[in-house]
Amino acid sequence: MLGDYSLGDLGAIFAMQGFAGLILFSVYVLMALGLAIIFGQMGVINMAHGEFMILGAYVTYLCTGFFQSHLPALFAVSFFVAMALAFAAAGLLGMLVEWALIRHLYKRPLDTLLATWGLSLILQQAYRSVFGAREVGVELPSWLIGSVQVTEAIEIPINGMVVMAVTMLITLAVALLLFASRWGKQVRAVMQNRVMAGAVGIDTDRVDRTTFGIGCGIAGIAGSAFTMIGSTGPTSGQLYIVDTFLIVVFGGAASLLGTLASAFSISQTQSTLEFFLSGSTAKVLTLLGVVAILMLRPQGLFTLKVRR
Amino acid sequence: MHAALLPGSGPAAAPGAPDFLLAVEALTVSFDGFKAVNDVSFYVDPDEIRVIIGPNGAGKTTVLDLICGRTKASAGSIKYKGTELTRLSESAIVQAGVGRKFQTPSIYDDLTVFENLEISFPRGRTVFGALTFKRDAEVRDRIHEVAAMIFLKDHLDARAEFLSHGQKQWLEIGMLLIQDPELLMLDEPVAGMSVAERRKTAELLHQIIKGRSVLVIEHDMKFVEDIAHRVTVLHQGRVLSEGSMERVKNDPRVIEVYLGH
Amino acid sequence: MKLPTINDNPFMKPVEWVSLALLCGLLLVVLPLTLDAFRLNLVGKYLTYAFVALGLVICWGYAGILSLGQGVFFGLGGYCMAMYLKLEASSVEATRIQSTPGIPDFMDWNQITALPWFWTPFRSLPFTLLAVVAVPTLFSVVVGAAMFKRRVGGTYFAIITQAIAAILSILIIGQQGYTGGINGITDLRTLHGLDIRTDGAKLVLYFVNGALLIACILVAQWVKRSKLGRILVAMRDKEDRVRFSGYAVASFKIFAFGLAAAFAAIGGAMFALQVGFMSPSFVGIVPSIEMVIYAAVGGRLSLFGAVYGTLLVNWAKTTFSESFPELWLFGLGALFIAVVLAFPDGLAGVWRQHVEPRLTRRKAPTQSPPSVPAALPQGAPAE
Repeated sequence: MLGDYSLGDLGAIFAMQGFAGLILFSVYVLMALGLAIIFGQMGVINMAHGEFMILGAYVTYLCTGFFQSHLPALFAVSFFVAMALAFAAAGLLGMLVEWALIRHLYKRPLDTLLATWGLSLILQQAYRSVFGAREVGVELPSWLIGSVQVTEAIEIPINGMVVMAVTMLITLAVALLLFASRWGKQVRAVMQNRVMAGAVGIDTDRVDRTTFGIGCGIAGIAGSAFTMIGSTGPTSGQLYIVDTFLIVVFGGAASLLGTLASAFSISQTQSTLEFFLSGSTAKVLTLLGVVAILMLRPQGLFTLKVRR
Repeated sequence: MHAALLPGSGPAAAPGAPDFLLAVEALTVSFDGFKAVNDVSFYVDPDEIRVIIGPNGAGKTTVLDLICGRTKASAGSIKYKGTELTRLSESAIVQAGVGRKFQTPSIYDDLTVFENLEISFPRGRTVFGALTFKRDAEVRDRIHEVAAMIFLKDHLDARAEFLSHGQKQWLEIGMLLIQDPELLMLDEPVAGMSVAERRKTAELLHQIIKGRSVLVIEHDMKFVEDIAHRVTVLHQGRVLSEGSMERVKNDPRVIEVYLGH
Repeated sequence: MKLPTINDNPFMKPVEWVSLALLCGLLLVVLPLTLDAFRLNLVGKYLTYAFVALGLVICWGYAGILSLGQGVFFGLGGYCMAMYLKLEASSVEATRIQSTPGIPDFMDWNQITALPWFWTPFRSLPFTLLAVVAVPTLFSVVVGAAMFKRRVGGTYFAIITQAIAAILSILIIGQQGYTGGINGITDLRTLHGLDIRTDGAKLVLYFVNGALLIACILVAQWVKRSKLGRILVAMRDKEDRVRFSGYAVASFKIFAFGLAAAFAAIGGAMFALQVGFMSPSFVGIVPSIEMVIYAAVGGRLSLFGAVYGTLLVNWAKTTFSESFPELWLFGLGALFIAVVLAFPDGLAGVWRQHVEPRLTRRKAPTQSPPSVPAALPQGAPAE
């Protein structure tokens, strides 16, 4: 199949699919970032992460709808308001869940997995009861529609660039928060030695709750971005959870750079393959590749040798 | 493979076998560039009791980890009865006759004392062997014998979880004993024990070190003086001094970094 | 203190024999006598899931390895069986109207003109019966070896198995010419010439299924009370200590995972026989994780509990999703949470805490209570 294309064509296809996949990449990065914070820093598996994303998507849907009907003058900026609200909603729900559920299970990671799966079922049904089983779409303001023609073969969608920029900002903010703020220091301290962190006066319960909340909040933003590439239904989030986990594990948990690199390689592989093959074959090949690499290098791409 | 099965068997005098039971040469391991063990060499004779001492962070536990295969060496060799251990898996090293006791008691909380000892009995170590393992008179007798030695013969049916700290340490020593290793490695066997437990443990160790080589990490100098044939002092991943307790005790370098305070 | 007598490790304790007798009575006598053909077939379908739950008790409960991909093995076993049945239903005479007679109808619809090579051996019943167990088990051993030899465990293992379930279900759905796609392999009619759709055949299959399930329980019991069973518990607790007692830990994990896969595969094959079709909806992420809840509700350390847990959850699912479809997902979600937070030992735990003490007290007041079951697995091994 590759034989029919010249090298230049292949390069253009690679670039074009890459830019076309900008939003997918952003969704992956944001989802993985939230998950990496929760899993990497706290060792907790959140199977309901996709549902937090979908919460963000529904909030975006409601918010843009509200602007459309009540404040049409401000519709152009509605998307940014929606993102902030999505973050707040998913973050608050996350903190509530941490308090009610997760904190009882820190020593039982496999059980957390089952409990959060139960939570995801409940959330899915709740969405279905509130928003109906039919998928809903979000209308974009006109300035986000269209694309910029770079070369004859390559064009970049505008909404992709905007989402990408937001993603980069959030990634940067997370990195700053983790490595330069007091909260980040506390998170890392709790991660390394919970008992000791508690003994030196860090309120570990509060740190856990904030961390979980921020992780879920970022998933909410991912949901906002998600509304640009697909319509939102009660079970849309479930489709993303495995991919996101693989990204986190593939990148080496607790490594932000690794998360970015693996989100890029996985989304790029998938969208490039999709150009040549059917969607499902592309997906199978991508996932198979990731699983195969993880079997050879289970610690992920970016991890250092440390004393066990 | 199961040379260690015979109770109290001495070193196998295979033709051409080296004199040393254990020869550690130029052993090095680094974690992220930090050399936890750096060019360490030492030799242990059959039936020798060797004690490794040194300040915290000197690499003592890491040396034991390297010998038993828990950590992979970056460079150097570990020869046990002429066999290179660095290439073997942990279970193969144990089956070759090397036993290891961890610093904190490492026993199976969910099983009874009897079952803890039974699992350590050196038979039926493959999947099929474990499926068809029979709890016969030999197993039973040996477990009762060892349980008596480790002061736990009245607790065989108790779940290990409910033992005291000292009893847990004894149980782990018993689990090693039942393996009957030719080289026994003990990491701080009397740490965290009460005075009475400490005395009983010393007594127990005196009994079980007979007829095998022992590598001990210990801080209790009285205990060290009591049992050591030779002492190796580690400091910052290197061998600082080696020889009889008398000699090491008077080595000015050792006094400076370790014994002085 | 008396020395343990020679028979201190019997195949089953008296109370376990009673449980076995009760289960046999329920499955093989009470249910067939009281239920109509339709309901009995439904119970038979539920019981095929119990094979999966039984495997999970060994693999997850005892060995502490949580697999979220058991649907893969259930599905592979089921597809192996379904391929044989489909070929038998696609004789040249029966498929005369197709453009290529003699191949399954869905292949014909997808413009495939010859039977693919991997379908050909499934014309043979002995090969099929072997493949039903061998294919999924071998697959699990390969996956297990790749993972466990590299010390991948705990949540990582769970995620990878889940990814495998996702991959296989996408693959089956995508390759509809070879697999029947999302509809699966349907319209299965005869097994070696015998019609499997009649009430009589269904009754026979129900009993075969029940007998196989009890046989699997006995195999699991044999594994559980052997030294291997105790090593699994020990490994879950202190993996390193087991390793330094001279055991190759990975082999034992591979065995537990492989056994669970073999059980699941038998269940899958019996499903295809009793229900008459096999589809990717039993392979993916959602069914795989639902199978875990069967074992969790029954009690993750109880072999008999696995059967009761499966029956209970599926009965509830059928009842609720018929009358209150909205409530069912809330209920199932709550069940996942409750079984983790409030009843980590499931039905078996409730039985042991509240029912059994009364029974034993009445029977023999001086008898010591049955030994406490091994405590909960703490997920990934320590360190």
